[in-house]
Amino acid sequence: MTHASQTPLEKITVKTVKPTEYLSNVHPVWCPGCGHFFILRALTKALAWLKLPKEQIGLVSGIGCSSRLPAYLNVYGFHGVHGRALALASGLKANRPDLTVLVAGGDGDGYSIGGNHFIHACRRNMDITYIVMDNEVYGMTKGQPSPTTPAEWQSKLTPQGTGVARFNPMGIALAAGASFIARGFSGDPNGLTKLMTEAIQHKGFSLIEIKSPCVTFRPEEKAWQKSMRSLNVSPSSNPAEAAKSIYSSDGFDTGIFYQADLPVYEPTNTPCENPADVLAEIEKELNV
Amino acid sequence: MIQPVSATQDNLAISVSGSGGTGAVTVGLILLEAIAKAGFYGVMTRSFGPQIRGGESAVMLNLSDHPIETLAEFSHIHLALDWLKFERFSDEIPLTQDSLVIYDNSREKPPGLVENSGAKLIGIGLQNAVKTIKGSRMNMFALGILTQQIGLDLTFIEAALKRTLGKKGDDVISTSLEAIQAGMRMIPDSHYEKLSHWHPTQKPRWNISGNEACGLGALRGGLKLAAAYPITPATDIVEYLAPRIEKLGGRVLIAEDELAAMNMVIGGSFGGLPSMTATSGPGFSLMTEAMGLAIASETPALVVTVMRGGPSTGIPTKSEQTDLNQVLYGFHGEAPHVVIAPLNVQEMVTISQWSLGLAEALQTLVVEVSDQHLGQSRVIIDPIPPVDFNLKRLRPPATTSDYQRYELTQEAVSPIAWPGTPDTQYTADGLEHTETGKPSSMAKEHQQQLTKRAQKITQHNYGEHWAKVTETLNATVLVITWGSSYEAVRIAVEALNQQGADISLLGLRLLMPLQTEQIQAVAKDKTVIVIEQNASGQLFHYLLSDNAIPRNSQSIAEAGPILFKPSTVQTALIHCLEGLK
Ligand SMILES: Cc1ncc(C[n+]2csc(CCOP(=O)(O)OP(=O)(O)O)c2C)c(N)n1
Ligand code: SF4
Ligand SMILES: [Mg+2]
Repeated sequence: MTHASQTPLEKITVKTVKPTEYLSNVHPVWCPGCGHFFILRALTKALAWLKLPKEQIGLVSGIGCSSRLPAYLNVYGFHGVHGRALALASGLKANRPDLTVLVAGGDGDGYSIGGNHFIHACRRNMDITYIVMDNEVYGMTKGQPSPTTPAEWQSKLTPQGTGVARFNPMGIALAAGASFIARGFSGDPNGLTKLMTEAIQHKGFSLIEIKSPCVTFRPEEKAWQKSMRSLNVSPSSNPAEAAKSIYSSDGFDTGIFYQADLPVYEPTNTPCENPADVLAEIEKELNV
Repeated sequence: MIQPVSATQDNLAISVSGSGGTGAVTVGLILLEAIAKAGFYGVMTRSFGPQIRGGESAVMLNLSDHPIETLAEFSHIHLALDWLKFERFSDEIPLTQDSLVIYDNSREKPPGLVENSGAKLIGIGLQNAVKTIKGSRMNMFALGILTQQIGLDLTFIEAALKRTLGKKGDDVISTSLEAIQAGMRMIPDSHYEKLSHWHPTQKPRWNISGNEACGLGALRGGLKLAAAYPITPATDIVEYLAPRIEKLGGRVLIAEDELAAMNMVIGGSFGGLPSMTATSGPGFSLMTEAMGLAIASETPALVVTVMRGGPSTGIPTKSEQTDLNQVLYGFHGEAPHVVIAPLNVQEMVTISQWSLGLAEALQTLVVEVSDQHLGQSRVIIDPIPPVDFNLKRLRPPATTSDYQRYELTQEAVSPIAWPGTPDTQYTADGLEHTETGKPSSMAKEHQQQLTKRAQKITQHNYGEHWAKVTETLNATVLVITWGSSYEAVRIAVEALNQQGADISLLGLRLLMPLQTEQIQAVAKDKTVIVIEQNASGQLFHYLLSDNAIPRNSQSIAEAGPILFKPSTVQTALIHCLEGLK
């Protein structure tokens, strides 16, 4: 099992591979100050630190401001449809276990429309890293409540607030069988980079639930900068303990809450040396 | 005037019914295999009651000394293991005065509809017979009776029995054989000893279902991933693939729903390897958004849809050609794609391989349309020789600089990079995009890319497989049909032509892009009649809307789930032709 490495965060300065090498020449559509920028930067740093070859990375997303991420990286990317990124990534990983498969998206994409795939991706525990850029709002569609929005938050769609309790992504991931569960904060780039390197190195399904302020539709989230704590939790491999720390956290703690060595689903992938002979064998079964 | 002729070929139709656990299906499976071993051909269809397990079931076999896929006009022999809910099958097992009905007289009497059919009835003590051989089962006596009735040599039954029940061990085989032999003595005179007049072939043959044939075709095409969510009547395809695809370096992924299945296919295919899913109408509905993604992102994907009665849950276990509109038009936006429907089980292997190849070569969505009848019929066919369509993904040259995933090219197909290759990274996108793949909402780029996506499909030369055209000299009438209706229509048309009619037949495989000019050429100066198994005439309206057929064309459209038989088609055709005079 990989534990949190002891590298001091400041030392994640890269000599051989530059983080900017992972950037494409497409400029993000994001609003100035959007938390998602810092996630993009942290991701390039993590990839550089891990010295992952660009062409060995498959980055899959759905739809949302957050899901625009793949186009901004110079890797093999797939910007799919809303909510289905984890399913698409599972197909990719099944056919191409040699690739490092990353998935990125928003709270709406992953926890609402994609909720079922979230549960089953956790349960499958394939070796995939899932980066959720949680701004507690649907940014792209201009400010509707998402499953992680507080019940009292008022919007055009919900003038009285949603009146519905929030979704607990980390609790659900734990219950569903994910083997790496962390919370990060876009305003803590070093902490985030470290979490990403850990998550990518972890074998199994890794969730990094990243608090990422939507400065346009949830300007009050800028205050998260004051309340978030940098990497103050330590990982447990015991689900009961992890559940306790997940449920007792006020939402401002960051770090790895849970990391365990669970069976990873790896569909068979043994190349066939002599397909013509094997096919002939298979067709023989049909003879009367 | 053309008189209806009996469309029955030199066939032998046998049906067996019984309540759950009586083993009617096993009788059918063994009989079909035995007939094949004896050098003949046949088709077997099944019908089940609504119970998940243990409900009443029936098998219908139509046997011949040449390839046959249509249902029989009536049962020559029906064997009822009991009469439980027999009415449920009365549509599928027509009985006439030429039928022989054999039943267990230690139980209920034959129902009124059987007595009124005029069939010859023979009651025998099946249940009592079981008591005479320890561990025996009633269905094996029944198999023996049928063996005797049709004059089939016991050695073929024995070989088929070993193949079908071999896993159950030697004791079961020897007890069964004993029961079969006892069954053969129960009604000594054969009423339908047809086999001795037939010409057996020594050629090798296959015993295969349509769904298996579909799976095999995909394997021949190099399939590496099948992702699916179970749905009747498509699941058998994936069940066929599951233990076999792994031997060929591929895999099956069980999805949490059809939304996931389709996206898994796209992800797997983005990874560079041929990928498919199999579903039916309700699942297809859930997949359509992602199918649009395959089209927009130009990711090869094969979707096989096995139609059943609809809408909604409809009739899951029975056939209807009712989803043509769905597979053609079920998408938002301009969504050019390919739709192909095999005409019978025999060609399912090759057409499925072709479908997967087209998805790969054209980098788009291909929908292969089958239905419950094609998919779940079990047929004896001549082995299908391998073919090489040479349909592969276009890859970028080894050294590529300034790679543009959606480059505008002459063929409108752009090279697709293998993830893992340096310097050709790109982001596939369902958002409209530029040639490099960068999202764009500019009119020019939208025009260019959507034209490209349409062109690569329309420009492709589909060769001879687009349709099966059988023209007669001086034909004044052209019949057009598709999918599982084809075989019944073909036999009906052949019978009418033997009677002096001049009817050409077009079985349309390539439904999209529609080969309008080719259809027009065949239809020239002819009266066109379109025959299909759905209530509203979906194919008819589709062909009309594209001017593929003349305005005054006629439609014979009938809802499922009762399948066309050659005689019903013939009657409908005669009626239609009369009306035209
Ligand atoms: C099937 C479908 N339904 C609805 C939408 C509209 N839509 C686009 S993005 C989005 C929400 C995005 O929210 P989130 O995933 O949290 O991403 P953010 O923009 O906040 O980063 C919605 C509802 C869509 N694109 N597709
Ligand atoms: S709307 Fe919100 S989430 Fe979207 S780019 Fe702007 S700040 Fe970021
Ligand atoms: Mg959001």
